[in-house]
Amino acid sequence: MSEEENNGAYPRLQSYSAPQEILDEHAALADEEDVPDAFQDRAQPKQVAARQTDYQLRRFERTEALEEGEDDSYEDRMRLVNLQREEERVKRYREQMEKDKEQQDKQSQLPADDKTPPRAIADGDQTPPREKMEQDGASTPPKAKRRRWDVEETEVKKEEGGEDDVPKKRRSRWDQTPSDAPEAGEGKAKKSRWDQTPSASTSTVVHGQTGQFTSTGAMMVEDKRYRAMTDEDLDHLLPGKAEGYAICEVPEDYKPAPTVRKLVPATSADHGFMMQDDSDAAKARAAVGGLQGTMEQTEIEGIGTLQFLKQEDTQYFAKILGEGGGEEDDVGYTLEELKERKIMRLLLKIKNGTPPVRKTALRQITDRAREFGAGPLFDKILPLLMERTLEDQERHLLVKVIDRVLYKLDDLVRPYVHKILVVIEPLLIDEDYYARVEGREIISNLAKAAGLAHMISTMRPDIDHVDEYVRNTTARAFSVVASALGIPALLPFLKAVCRSKKSWQARHTGIRIIQQIAIMMGCAVLPHLRNLVDAIADGLQDEQQKVRTMTALSLAALAESAAPYGIESFDNVLKPLWLGIRQHRGKTLAAFLKAIGYIIPLMDPEYAGYYVRECMPILIREFQTSDEEMRRIVLQVIKQCAMTEGVSPTYVKEEVLPEFFKAFWVRRMALDKRNYKQLVETTTELAQKGGVSEIVGRVCNDLKDESEPFRKMVMETITNVVANVGAADIDERLEIQLIDGIIYAFQEQTLEDTVMLDGFGTVINALGSRVKPYLPQIVSMILWRLTNKSAKVRMLAADLTTKLAHIIKSNGEDQLLSKLGVVIFEQLGEEYPDALGSLIAAEGAIANVVGMTQMNPPVKDLLPRMTPILRNRHEKVQEATINLIGRIADRGAEFVPAKEWMRICFELLDLLKAHKKAIRRAAVNSFGYIAKAIGPQDVLSVLLTNLKVQERQSRVCSTVAIAIVAETCGPFTCIPAILNEYRTPELNVRNGCLKALAWVFEYVGEMSKDYINSVVGILDDALTDRDHVHRQTAAAIVKHLAIGVAGLGHEDALTHMLNLVWPNIFETSPHVIGGMMDAIEALRLGLGSGPILSYVLQGLFHPSRRVREVYWRIYNTLILGSSDAMVPFYPNMGSASDLASGQDYTRHDLMVMV
Amino acid sequence: MSELRYTANTQLEQLHARYTGTGHADTTKYEWMTHQHRDTLASIAGHPPLLAYLAIADGECQARSKFEVIEKMLQPCGKPPGKTD
Repeated sequence: MSEEENNGAYPRLQSYSAPQEILDEHAALADEEDVPDAFQDRAQPKQVAARQTDYQLRRFERTEALEEGEDDSYEDRMRLVNLQREEERVKRYREQMEKDKEQQDKQSQLPADDKTPPRAIADGDQTPPREKMEQDGASTPPKAKRRRWDVEETEVKKEEGGEDDVPKKRRSRWDQTPSDAPEAGEGKAKKSRWDQTPSASTSTVVHGQTGQFTSTGAMMVEDKRYRAMTDEDLDHLLPGKAEGYAICEVPEDYKPAPTVRKLVPATSADHGFMMQDDSDAAKARAAVGGLQGTMEQTEIEGIGTLQFLKQEDTQYFAKILGEGGGEEDDVGYTLEELKERKIMRLLLKIKNGTPPVRKTALRQITDRAREFGAGPLFDKILPLLMERTLEDQERHLLVKVIDRVLYKLDDLVRPYVHKILVVIEPLLIDEDYYARVEGREIISNLAKAAGLAHMISTMRPDIDHVDEYVRNTTARAFSVVASALGIPALLPFLKAVCRSKKSWQARHTGIRIIQQIAIMMGCAVLPHLRNLVDAIADGLQDEQQKVRTMTALSLAALAESAAPYGIESFDNVLKPLWLGIRQHRGKTLAAFLKAIGYIIPLMDPEYAGYYVRECMPILIREFQTSDEEMRRIVLQVIKQCAMTEGVSPTYVKEEVLPEFFKAFWVRRMALDKRNYKQLVETTTELAQKGGVSEIVGRVCNDLKDESEPFRKMVMETITNVVANVGAADIDERLEIQLIDGIIYAFQEQTLEDTVMLDGFGTVINALGSRVKPYLPQIVSMILWRLTNKSAKVRMLAADLTTKLAHIIKSNGEDQLLSKLGVVIFEQLGEEYPDALGSLIAAEGAIANVVGMTQMNPPVKDLLPRMTPILRNRHEKVQEATINLIGRIADRGAEFVPAKEWMRICFELLDLLKAHKKAIRRAAVNSFGYIAKAIGPQDVLSVLLTNLKVQERQSRVCSTVAIAIVAETCGPFTCIPAILNEYRTPELNVRNGCLKALAWVFEYVGEMSKDYINSVVGILDDALTDRDHVHRQTAAAIVKHLAIGVAGLGHEDALTHMLNLVWPNIFETSPHVIGGMMDAIEALRLGLGSGPILSYVLQGLFHPSRRVREVYWRIYNTLILGSSDAMVPFYPNMGSASDLASGQDYTRHDLMVMV
Repeated sequence: MSELRYTANTQLEQLHARYTGTGHADTTKYEWMTHQHRDTLASIAGHPPLLAYLAIADGECQARSKFEVIEKMLQPCGKPPGKTD
């Protein structure tokens, strides 16, 4: 470095980074707690509630599970439900009255010349009128609350007094007028949980005694009203010494119970802004023994190691955390309290503990479930599940606890069925598939434990509940019950519900249950199809529109799961359905059309044709609809109609296609994912009837459309159509147009996907020899694009070469291929791994079709170029390279000198460690080809040396490679070398040798009969080794040997091996015992079951249970494998003493002599 | 209890439900022998040569022999012994 440079304004630095002050500022920012993290919102929220929709969050409005004790009686609950319905009715009535009044007022105010259309006409306008918003804010009608009718009024009054001025956040429901939509939008912006005001969503829910557990993640502090009184306060209040009173001593045996702290949210929006009171927070923390929530692993005395501990947990588990919470403090409690503490401890361990802690706790709680009893268990578990801050993992574990406990409790669970359902039902509408499965599992176990009658009487009140959410989840739960206990058991009840005269809600729910049953059970509904259809048939003419819609949807679901059978069951509903599509509009019409769409494919062809013709005008009319849902349904129905045999191609061509293309093949359809998919499917299906040229001719000009998503949709459709129907129908003019369009679309592609590529390949391959005139054009395009400056373009060009190599060869354009080969060879210095991988794959494809001898560049130049690329760490490159090398080794090994192959062998060893299995397998196979080409000795020595390395992965792959070499070059080339290598006094090597032998015998099969006597020695040694892995691997050898030589007369050697294996049957490690059992099973094949039975008989009735268990296990495998073959070998057991007590054990039938 | 309770024998109940003749550590001699006898009788009924042999020895027709063999499967070893302990 020269002096002049250092004299500049800035000194030279070792490294460059951000200025120190900025770094400091960020460090300080990070230390502050409340600074919002920019990445917080983007991280996948682990909390279940945080990512659920408003609808799903309505589960928090059901508070039954939070109260302790058993379910309310059926009578009480029915009364409550009726009360709520009445309340709802009155509310609706009042709202209606107010609306009417308002309408009248407005009408009188409207100036005569106002040209703005009335709100009812301006369709789609969601903004509520200003007056209405104001009114909503001012006097929100009290929301329907789930409340016991017999709770004292005073308490309720007090709560309501506090709430009145809180603006209610009403959830948007599709069947409600969205009166406060702007407010909901505002609420959406608050995603993160710390700034959620707890009162907005919980205040309607929280009752006095339950408030503690439904925390929203806000800091909870002790309620001032419940703080302890100081001595000073008491002196003021009570008469003192002057009046002749004395203060008593605290009795010695008095021990204040760990009181349940009354907690309220620290900041409550009800009272506007409030400074955080530090002392309160500190007090709360001290109250739980100074424990704060932590996300790190913590060791807690008396509990064990926990993975994390949340703030909410410290509150919920306050009794067992902190002071007086340990197990050693479990004195002076009643039995009930002890139980509670024990359960809480176990739950905390299960919910938060490390895997080993969790495992033992789970086992304990299962084993002692009946002892704890249903009440105490569910009183603790269910509130935890209703916790707002619950995370996926915690929910999974708690659900697991319920599952295990249910199994043990059996019918003891009955009084808690409703509470459990309230908590578990929401799982059925979770977006996570596994959560739904878990929910189903629990409910079905619950149904089996509690019995049908109890389930029905528990869920009956929810069927016509005022809340649509409750009805929905109940319907789903009922369908699970139906699948658990069988549809026939539930049918009478369902029939009654679907015809309920009392409320349309009940009918609606009943029909929905049947829909859910159909969706869940699939073709298992077939035996009961007629009954199910008849149960809901009347719903099509119901006076309530929602019931009619739901009925049609249920019929659609039933038809879908019954397909292709069961049309006769739908006889009764055909007429109303087809009449219905003429009468209805909107949502209902969509549902009816959907039902028709699913029923038509079940029909006989002639009927189907008739019915399709009947409903087609309506479908064509609905092509114009602006409703997205309706468009999708129409597309679906058209697809189903086109599939049926009874619809003739001319009908489709003349009646459907013109309108169809006019209405649907527009750019807008490509923008929505679901529309896109549905349109492609439908068009593909129409092509089956209408023919390729009809469809492709219409869309192919759009390949040059300026909208890329639209081009993509066109291309995907053409691909599917050509793949299904072929290209024979395409005439010359269309062919030119098509290829022109495809080349254009391919060149203009900017989106990253394979649609264009696949389309190109499919069409070219379908055209076959007709594509010859266009090949020079296509290849020159590829050549030009191979040198493009964008890596992605180069990659796509190479990928296209891979797809087209075969077709270029079959058209006899060899010189084009060799030109491509040379250009790609020159491009192998490519630096972008994705593009390089594609280039190598393309070179491989060319080598594949032209053969190793004609390959240009010659193989002897190509292979040395590949050797350094093998060191590339990118998986795509590795895979492509190893495939190419393997291909050359297989087909043209003689063109490359042996020394080069050895070099490649060493490089290949590294690939044995690859993460991707395909790469490892390709590498292992390459060893086989190379060994075949240059002889096994050198390759084998490389592989055997590799057994000494540390990585297990690498060693395992070496053993497999050895076995493959043995398979390709004959076992005699390898087995001596392996036996020799086994003498190395090193555990890994010896193990590797055994493993290699196991693979060898697996691969060579019957050929092993010539080597069985040579390996008896090594097996002797290995099966008597102290190391159990050794014995396990040796057992694997025995297994493959025994299977290989079965029936070839080597019983002597096999018996010897059985004698060596047998003492290992008492191993406890699962892998070892599994290996031994496999070996014995294989020996059963090799020796026959008789000899094995004679071994087993020794221990079947051994005095020790431990011994008996193992022997019976082997006996059971014998029974499963060959019970008939054992008949001649059973021992003779008849005895005089048995005869005397009435049992004759002699098998007389085997004693007869002719 | 052995560790097998959690590994090998977890599915024991299903095994017994699905395959007759399988046993467990508490199988009694009577149960075991009953299964053996049934296996034997089933084997005779299922292998025509064995059945023919038995029929010739008994001097009956094969159908009758087969019928008798199948009938015998009901309680091949006589009544179960009374509970001793």
